[in-house]
Amino acid sequence: MRKVSRLSRFNIASLALGLAFLYLPILILVIYSFNDSRLVTVWGGWSLRWYREFFSDRAMIEAAWMSLRVAVSSATIATLLGTLAAVALSRGARFRGRTLFSGMLYAPLVMPEVITGLSLLLLFVALNAERGFWTVTFAHTTLTMCFVAVVVQSRLGSLDRSLEEAAMDLGCNPVRAFVAVTLPLIAPAIVAGWMLAFTLSLDDLVIASFTTGPGSATLPIRIYSEVRLGVKPEINAICTLVIALIAVVIVIASLASKLSSSQGESAAPL
Amino acid sequence: MSARRIFARPARFAAIAPYVWMVLFFLVPFAFVLKISLSQTAIAQPPYEPVFDLTAGWGALKAAFAALSLDNFKLLGSDEIYVFAYLRSLTVAVTATALLLLIGYPIAYGMARLPKRWQAVAMVLVIVPFWTSFLIRIYAWINILQHDGLLNQILLALHLVGQPVVWLSTDSAMYIGIVYSYLPFMILPLYATLAKMELALEEAASDLGAPPWQVFWLVTFPLSLPGVGAGVLLCFIPIVGEFVIPDLLAGSNSLMIGQTLWLEFFTNKDWPVASAAAIVLLVVLLVPLLLYERLQKRQLEQGR
Repeated sequence: MRKVSRLSRFNIASLALGLAFLYLPILILVIYSFNDSRLVTVWGGWSLRWYREFFSDRAMIEAAWMSLRVAVSSATIATLLGTLAAVALSRGARFRGRTLFSGMLYAPLVMPEVITGLSLLLLFVALNAERGFWTVTFAHTTLTMCFVAVVVQSRLGSLDRSLEEAAMDLGCNPVRAFVAVTLPLIAPAIVAGWMLAFTLSLDDLVIASFTTGPGSATLPIRIYSEVRLGVKPEINAICTLVIALIAVVIVIASLASKLSSSQGESAAPL
Repeated sequence: MSARRIFARPARFAAIAPYVWMVLFFLVPFAFVLKISLSQTAIAQPPYEPVFDLTAGWGALKAAFAALSLDNFKLLGSDEIYVFAYLRSLTVAVTATALLLLIGYPIAYGMARLPKRWQAVAMVLVIVPFWTSFLIRIYAWINILQHDGLLNQILLALHLVGQPVVWLSTDSAMYIGIVYSYLPFMILPLYATLAKMELALEEAASDLGAPPWQVFWLVTFPLSLPGVGAGVLLCFIPIVGEFVIPDLLAGSNSLMIGQTLWLEFFTNKDWPVASAAAIVLLVVLLVPLLLYERLQKRQLEQGR
């Protein structure tokens, strides 16, 4: 019998190049955030100068705070709604407009953000809603709940149904069987879904630009307007902080999915 | 079996909240886009003539219908800027998707050939950049590609070029940015199908005397088509409407449709034209969107 895994030199080279391509730019960005020189491209020794600059930049701090609040609230609502949607779709519920429902859930995953952003803004204007924190939060919820639904649904799909059946044979009603048996099993996917929703919200520029109002810019909006004017070392520092935050989130999410893989099939974060 | 039936009823109630939410925040907004795309531009706040005012009674409603106009769509069809923008968006999306497939396939293939233990690690490594901010990743490339950036410094040090190359504000910079940002979306579905493939099939082909390229072209590639389809759609659709990458990396002399829409909206404050542009973009993307929906549904609802 031949060995199952045949790794050719070509395979290794393409993998190495691919990963280098994915990681080098981020690594360079992080390294240059500790550069003392004002010129982004000249190395002037290690320094935390640009981090101090960021922490004394009031407008940036306010934008970061706004982004964090939006990300936490929208991810929480999105996780609730997305999990409900996943349960409805994967537990064979038959109801009117089911096709429309799943269509509405999958479309935003790939829909160009300019369309989603514009349409939501027109809704908010028509409703005469004051634009700011809540409009951005609702807009992000709409986008991210679809991602949560997909993550949770794929976990529910790989679950052993006989566990729920056993619970009900032992006298649980469906709701109780769900809470006592299914929910703990899909909890890691729900955590991963929340994390994904959180990072997507933290990241979004386009939808936030459309749906926010004057005076309540999110961090990506501020970064974007600075980047348009050129590269600034302070931006490198902010980006590094965001990357660090997201790294923490990823570690938590992967611990959660490791937990889930020890209980059965793994729930990939996507 | 029985559990499936009993579960169905509470599951139906679970649908109510997300259903209402999506109708209100996803479906209804499109009605507004359509409505405003049919109205006239006005210098006011909000900057369009209201089309319907249900409180004004039937006569007013009839007058409002008469006032609906396709002018914005006519403008889109007759003004070269928009036609070019749509064509450019499609060209860019097709080119970038082809590049992504070309670059992503060998990586996904390499991942699928790794020992099982390493496959999981490789998958995490590919997913992680997807979690880091889009904007930050584009900014990282601005750092590298700028006039006195790292790439030019390296090229100059190696004496490959005599003077700094202009990278920023060119199409090459934009393609680098798009490929960089969307690569995980191409690799993951490809890897998912390639990893499930029976290696024995390839081995059989080569045992029967097929040279490696024939094994790939006649066995591996056809079997990976579902993954290719998913990856292509997952990249193509959002790239057509892409705004951030061309805005920050490409030159400003030829715009993509996402940029034109943004410009009409934020700079020219012409909401009706922006809405009409969004409607046309949606119509262009309808077929790939429907294809993607079917793929996604099949994958999630009938097990994989």
